[in-house]
Amino acid sequence: MDEKAASLLKKFSEAGSLAWAEVREISSQTGVQERSLEDQALSQGIIPLRYHRNIGTISVSEQQVLLNSKVVVIGCGGLGGNVLEQLARLGIGTIIGWDFDAFEEHNINRQILSDISLLGKSKVEAAESRLKAINPAVCFQAVKSRFDMEQARTVLPGCKTVIDALDNARDRLKLSSACRELGIPLVHGAVEGWVGQLTTQFPGDTVIEEIYRQNYENGRILSTPAFTPALVASLQVAETVKILLGRGELLRNRIMLINLLDMDMETIELCTDD
Amino acid sequence: MKITVKLFANLRKGRFKVNDLEFPEGTNVLQVLNDLSIDAEEMKIGIIFVNGRHASFDTVLKEQDVLAIFPPVAGG
Repeated sequence: MDEKAASLLKKFSEAGSLAWAEVREISSQTGVQERSLEDQALSQGIIPLRYHRNIGTISVSEQQVLLNSKVVVIGCGGLGGNVLEQLARLGIGTIIGWDFDAFEEHNINRQILSDISLLGKSKVEAAESRLKAINPAVCFQAVKSRFDMEQARTVLPGCKTVIDALDNARDRLKLSSACRELGIPLVHGAVEGWVGQLTTQFPGDTVIEEIYRQNYENGRILSTPAFTPALVASLQVAETVKILLGRGELLRNRIMLINLLDMDMETIELCTDD
Repeated sequence: MKITVKLFANLRKGRFKVNDLEFPEGTNVLQVLNDLSIDAEEMKIGIIFVNGRHASFDTVLKEQDVLAIFPPVAGG
């Protein structure tokens, strides 16, 4: 631990909180990265102001776990944009966003990272500037390509959780086998119209294959409003936080089906005693 | 025998969410689908679970089985 940084952290936080401007100030005086300073602060029991309202839902040491976690979001559209936004606000320290695509006008009805000025611009680059604006302490890495197995083997290792925010079954099946091979938990979410679906797959499980094994064809144009991906993304983020912290009951061996037209959520319990 | 049938998403349209239905012994999943007028087109992408286990059209049902049918979604 940098001693000068530690004493400055102590001095600045005497008033009871540590503001971002103070983190910046200490960083410029000591050359220590903002994220390391937040990490140091948390180990001294000092809560950076931006995380104040997280505490209670999670503990100070759990906040530190989040800050030291690395999570990958595959797909930065309707689900992925909302997921990325929340991960940065929560203070997940390293976030990778993976998407090959650029924004089109028909994305604007639901994709929170998109706006008129960004039409034609890369989704991962939009994610990068959005996340930097929300939480500059977060390290964001952009992967601008289609999801593929080879690259997954270099990008995914070291990640604590992978979030499936893809938009087609074929890539989901590839992602599922990549996570199985690399031993990483996968939080799956999918949406269409008023309907959402969610499950968590751990290495060794095969729920994604069970869902999409019917040779699912995805050629039609999907209708998706703003509210369905925002909801499912929130549930995926909650599930991710629970995996990172080892808390709560996960959707492992359960498929949650959400129908917003009827306002109901149900889970199908999967049988595992084979 | 009594079978609990749970339907999800569009399959509920004009039908129900959950219902206990009587069928003769030896009934399979396909016969239940026919009985509910769920045609092949609707079932093209339907996923079938019986008691939480992946099942197919020819899975034979037993007393008190829970049959859940849902069309998976893949958008994001």
